[in-house]
Parts: sequence; C-alpha cells; structure tokens
Amino acid sequence: MAVYQSYDTNVRKTWVLMTLFFLVVIAIGFTFAQVWQDSSILYIAIIFALFMNFFSYWYSDKIVLSISGAVAADKQEFWDFYTMTENLAITAGIPMPKLYVISDAAPNAFATGRNKEHAAVAVTRGLLEMLTKTELEGVIAHELSHIRNKDILLSTVVVVLVGFISIMADIFLRGMMFGGGRDSDNKNGGLLVIVGVVLAILSPIAVTLIQLAISRKREFLADASGALLTRYPDGLASALKKISSYSGQMKSAHQATAHLYISNPFRGKNMAKLFMTHPPVEERIAALMGLKEETGV
Amino acid sequence: MNTLTYIIFGIAAVVVIWLIVAYNSFVRLSTRAKEAWADIEVQLKRRYDLIPNLVSTVKGYASHESVTFEKVTEARTKAMSAQGPAEHGEAENMLSGALKSIFALSEAYPDLKANQNFLELQRELSDTENKIQAARRFYNGNVRDLNIKIESFPANLIAGTFGFSKQEFFDIPDNDAAQQPVEVKF
Repeated sequence: MAVYQSYDTNVRKTWVLMTLFFLVVIAIGFTFAQVWQDSSILYIAIIFALFMNFFSYWYSDKIVLSISGAVAADKQEFWDFYTMTENLAITAGIPMPKLYVISDAAPNAFATGRNKEHAAVAVTRGLLEMLTKTELEGVIAHELSHIRNKDILLSTVVVVLVGFISIMADIFLRGMMFGGGRDSDNKNGGLLVIVGVVLAILSPIAVTLIQLAISRKREFLADASGALLTRYPDGLASALKKISSYSGQMKSAHQATAHLYISNPFRGKNMAKLFMTHPPVEERIAALMGLKEETGV
Repeated sequence: MNTLTYIIFGIAAVVVIWLIVAYNSFVRLSTRAKEAWADIEVQLKRRYDLIPNLVSTVKGYASHESVTFEKVTEARTKAMSAQGPAEHGEAENMLSGALKSIFALSEAYPDLKANQNFLELQRELSDTENKIQAARRFYNGNVRDLNIKIESFPANLIAGTFGFSKQEFFDIPDNDAAQQPVEVKF
C-alpha cells in the first residue's frame, strides 16, 4: 500500500515542481518586462519556461549522467555488475535499465531516468571494487526500487529545474558583489540588483524544494523494497556501512545531484548538514535489521 | 413500492460494479502470470540454445565421454518438450544435473578447462541459470497474487464461473539430481 501511495505522491510532486518553475520564470520575465517596458521579454520568458519544462522531462537524465561523468558500462568488462542487474530486473519485473560507470574512487550509486522504460543506473568504480557480490546486489536492488517506485523522474527533474534557478542566483549574486560598483550609475545596474535580490530570495526556496521533493522516507522505502528483492537485508546493510565509512570525497558529485546518490556524497561538509537529503546511515541499517527480524528473511 | 424498486436497483448496480471490478482484476493478474511465464521460457530457450555449442566444444577434448553427452542431449530434448510448470521443473532439474556432469569433465581435461570458448559457455550457462531463478521468483510472485485472489472470499465465488483457475508454481524439486554431488569418473 505504502508503495502505491508513493507513486501518486511522486507524480503529483513532479507536477507541482514544474508548475512552480513555470511561475517563477514568468515572474522574472514579468519583472524584466516592467523595468524595460517591453512585453516581448515576458513572451520570451513564457516560451523559455515551457521549453525548460519539456527539456527537463526528456533530457534531465542525460544531463545528470553527463555532469557526473558517467560512461556506459560494457557487458563483457563489467560482467558481474551487468548480469546481476539483469537478474534483479527480471525478479523485480522491470525492463533492464541502462548501466553506467563513473570513474571515481568513492563508492556511490544513483538511478535516473523518466520512467522504468527509460531508466539508468550509475555506479562508481570505487563501489564495484570495494563491495562483495551480495553487497553490490543490495545496492543495485535499492536503485531498482527507486526506478520501480517512480522516484527517479522527480529527483532528476529537480536537478535541472532547481539547479538552474540556483545557478542563476549564483551568477547574479556574484555579479552584484564583484561587478556592482561599475554600472551603479545606469539603469541596468539597478535592474541587476532587483534580479539579484529576487533570486537570492528564490535560492533558499529552491533548497527547500529539493528537501520537499526528496522526502527522506523514500530512502527507507527503497532500502526496504530492495531488501525484499534480494531477500537479504544484510547485503545492503553492510554495503551502506562500507560506503559511509569511506573517508575520501566524491569528486564527480555536484551539489545539485547530491540527493540522487544512495549515500550522501558530501559527508562531513557543512553543506551536507544543511541539505540533509539522506537519513543517517545508522538509522537505515537499524531499519534494515528490523526488517530482517520482522519478516525472517 | 417505489422506494423498494430503487433499493433493488441500487443493490443490483453495486453487484454489477463489483463483478466488473473483480473480473478485471482476475484478467490483470492472470495476464501478469502468463507474461511472467513467457519470461521464463525466454531464459529456458537461451539455455537450450547454448547446450549444443557446449557439447560440441567439450567433444573436441573428451570425445569418448559419450555417455555424458547422450545424457545431456536426452535431458535437453525432454526439457524442450515439457509442458507446464510442474513437468518443466522436473525436466530442468534433470538438465541441470546432466550439465553439472559435463562441467565436471573439465576437471579431468586440463586443456578443456583452459579453453576460452568453454569458459565463456560455462559463464553464459551459469548466468542463464541465475536468470531462470530470477524469472522463476517473479513468476511465482505473480502466481501467488493470482491464487490468493482466486481463493479469497468473496472473489472465490465467481472465479470458477468466469473460467479463472489457480496456476501452478514453478518449483524445482529439492531432493533431485541438481542437489546431489556430481559423480566424477576417471
């Protein structure tokens, strides 16, 4: 039951997010149009917002994969990873996702895509090297559960839409701080300040949106349904232990993609505490062990 | 009188709606189970296709082990003609046992053990066996859902009328050749 509820919630949240983005971009366009007294700016903003929404639906997964530096995994080279995923996909009753490998020593993994027919799972080389077969199986089952629970579209669209707003805010805020003195005399300088302030307000909202979208419950849910798939909660539990005890930093992760990963790639940094996209590993392991006692699997 | 008619119509409407919903869920569940069975057959077919290659590769190194080859070929033919989950379970089990004895041959023939083609086939076959297991679990899960639906009240009252019946689980018997240690003859 809980899983079906999460399908609906995810679909609804995706709609809310896209609508919000649409409104925000139009609001910015409207501000510009007012300042410059030119309504064509508003039309451009509307077209742009529509375009971004379509674009984020169709291409978010490709953007996410490319900013993470993920390369398609070859079946012969990554035989265990590949066949294991095939088998788990058969057990879960979903089509085989595309597989990617990220050249990073830090162990981590994520799933992306817009639906189960167009899904991808990416893992780092560090993960493949560090984990045993049963642990890797646990991680893949967790990612496949994200695909099956329809978590992937929302968390992927968030990257492009929210990421875009926070990048804009960054650019404008920096422009104000470093270049503000230069054009303070003309009209454009005043406009930059307005936009900068608007975006500075929007940026925390964007962060809240990420948190809203990435309810921590879904990690627990994916852990639990992943464990049901492998019938071996210990595999995932010990994988989480290994992943979280890795001391190095993940280089290929980005602030906007952090919530996608199975375990927070920015552990230890202050930003990580601020975002808190993942429940503490100890809690997740405890939940998995509780599941083990409950079901006797 | 009028009120009574309304009540009767109301009850009839509820019953009809329930029948439609129940019928549709039977259709959905049994279609899922059939699809899941088709998935198993895909994997089984892949296994049957790999076996002749394996036999001809091994023959090149151990041509006089004809008893083992015959056993495999026979088990394969039998498995290919099996009907339904129970018969398939039995036949696949025999086939697994026969395949194990072929792989055991490689212990006696170091050249064979080092053959790239042989190793590749061994890898493919063990992967296929894992996939059969995976497909079996998915199928059994679907059959379980269907059977629960057919047996639970009140759907059980109409399942027979609509022509839906419980389906067989795909079980591989435990105490057979696949579980027993392989005999290695020298």
